[in-house]
Amino acid sequence: MATQHSRAAARLMISPAVLLLLGWMIVPLVMTLYFSFLRYNLLMPGMEEFTGWTNYRFFLTDPAFFDALGNTLLLVGGVLLITVIGGTLLALLLDQPFWGQGVVRIMVIAPFFVMPTVSALVWKNMFMNPVNGLFGHFAHFLGLEPYDFLSQAPLASIIFIVSWQWLPFATLILLTALQSLDQEQLEAAEMDGASALSRFYYIMVPHLSRAITVVILIQTIFLLSIFAEILVTTAGGPGTASTNLTYLIYVQSLLQFDVGGGSAGGVVAIILANIVAIFLMRMIGKNLDA
Amino acid sequence: MGRITLDKVTKSFGEVNVIPPLDLTINDGEFVVFVGPSGCGKSTLLRLIAGLEDVTSGQIRIDGKDATQQAPAQRGLAMVFQSYALYPHMSVRKNIAFPMKMAGVPEDEQKRRIDSAAAALNLTDYLDRRPGQLSGGQRQRVAIGRAIVREPSAFLFDEPLSNLDAALRVGMRLEIMELHKRLATTMIYVTHDQVEAMTMADKIVVLRAGNIEQVGSPLELYHTPRNEFVAGFIGSPKMNIFGGNPAQQHGATKIGIRPEHIAASTETGTWSGVVGVAEHLGSDTFLHVHETGLAETVTVRVDGELPVRHGDRIFLSPDESKLHRFSEQGLRA
Ligand SMILES: Nc1ncnc2c1ncn2[C@@H]1O[C@H](COP(=O)(O)OP(=O)(O)O)[C@@H](O)[C@H]1O
Ligand SMILES: [Mg+2]
Repeated sequence: MATQHSRAAARLMISPAVLLLLGWMIVPLVMTLYFSFLRYNLLMPGMEEFTGWTNYRFFLTDPAFFDALGNTLLLVGGVLLITVIGGTLLALLLDQPFWGQGVVRIMVIAPFFVMPTVSALVWKNMFMNPVNGLFGHFAHFLGLEPYDFLSQAPLASIIFIVSWQWLPFATLILLTALQSLDQEQLEAAEMDGASALSRFYYIMVPHLSRAITVVILIQTIFLLSIFAEILVTTAGGPGTASTNLTYLIYVQSLLQFDVGGGSAGGVVAIILANIVAIFLMRMIGKNLDA
Repeated sequence: MGRITLDKVTKSFGEVNVIPPLDLTINDGEFVVFVGPSGCGKSTLLRLIAGLEDVTSGQIRIDGKDATQQAPAQRGLAMVFQSYALYPHMSVRKNIAFPMKMAGVPEDEQKRRIDSAAAALNLTDYLDRRPGQLSGGQRQRVAIGRAIVREPSAFLFDEPLSNLDAALRVGMRLEIMELHKRLATTMIYVTHDQVEAMTMADKIVVLRAGNIEQVGSPLELYHTPRNEFVAGFIGSPKMNIFGGNPAQQHGATKIGIRPEHIAASTETGTWSGVVGVAEHLGSDTFLHVHETGLAETVTVRVDGELPVRHGDRIFLSPDESKLHRFSEQGLRA
């Protein structure tokens, strides 16, 4: 029974937690905002002064910014596309009864437990390296010229590595969703004359739409801030070919020691992330309504 | 057309033999009810006919043609599931249209059939709703509508009413019977409820552990049950069955007598006992009589007005001509 009284008491009791969380969020945000309006370079300590919008002007007119923006969107979109489609197909496969199902399901999740840095390094050195990598050896075996993935197709390679990490997550969520589909619906559709393809399109896909929405929303949050994979493989290069916004901010504030510029970039990134979030919720958020 | 023949059909799940060799013919236009206790293989048998399960051996013929290897959709049968199995993300209209869409029926023909099915099933006002926004009875009607528009050669129902409340169940039962009279299409109906079987069927198939115990019209089963199981299963309340001395007097191992074929009196009778619980239905009263020396309880149907109370002594006289005699194997003697 939620009386007026007990509701007030409940509010009082959760307020410390809410205030703590709010402070936790607000303090770094306000500091970033504050730094973004300062001329603050680590090479010139003690010379901080208020500069107004200069940091923003420099960041937003930097050609690297537009490259990074494009790369960020490509990276997020590419990984989402691969993991959602691949995850659906894998889930369909794993949903079939076969021998050793349990073991295979656990194996499929394994990549998710590998640290991003480690998996990126493994891919870089053991697979994609044109001299020592397996792909290089394979190319030799076929009598072809080895392909230097990370310098010739840096962004695509990173998209591939990140997709490999996130595929298990998508597969797992979609598999559970698939298993909750009422078998009688599929049988009814079969009796109604729907082919396997029609059953997938008319029954399974609508049933999966909510799970796909969850996968897209959660992954987008993490994919917007991909960093480690870029740092250890291409370091954003060649040029800015694989620099995303997160990496650009890192370059700005720590490699160029420009904390003010980096902070301005951070604020821009927050705004862009929110635009993406609003856009996503508009597009697919209705799938989450019961 | 919808004449379905099962020829020595068997079904095993792994080691477990669910349907032993079984022969059955269902004639065109018949309303056939499969009835039996839970787990006796009714659903399995229906799904074999539908093609949702493969037979282990034997042959299924539909209108004389071998359908054993045909896919479900090719058999021209429509099924109504116990869970309704509606497509939750489609409107009622789209649900009903789905089989026609899959079959490539032209749009205007689709619309005509949907409208006539909706009118027949009182669904016209609900066509644009989702299944989740309908009551149980309405969902059931949508499932039936989806089956009707296919114009199948036979309908298969798997316990379609078991999720409805009692009042609705009686109403839907009548609607399905009405539908059968109007369409004159073969219907196979699975239930564990013998009242549904008795009221609806042209022909009842009583199953036990995958075996057919008896096939016949409701009254045949009622009057001449072939064995003790059918005798006990058909009729409500259950037939009184007992062995011992009274049975031997009639030259049988066991005898059965239905509650409605026993006369009760407060003065004289063949057997005597003590009145236990009385179930008053108004028109009739069912008395549970104890201490008769026949069986623990003997159920008797008496006039609703008979003035007896718990603990009274009562005398019972069976109608000898309605007595059922069973041999040692439980078969009708
Ligand atoms: N897919 C299956 N795998 C194994 N056993 C099954 C399967 N389907 C049904 N059975 C078994 O077959 C028997 C009959 O089941 P069913 O046809 O559903 O009974 P009913 O519909 O009469 O209640 C049951 O003992 C059940 O356990
Ligand atoms: Mg069943």
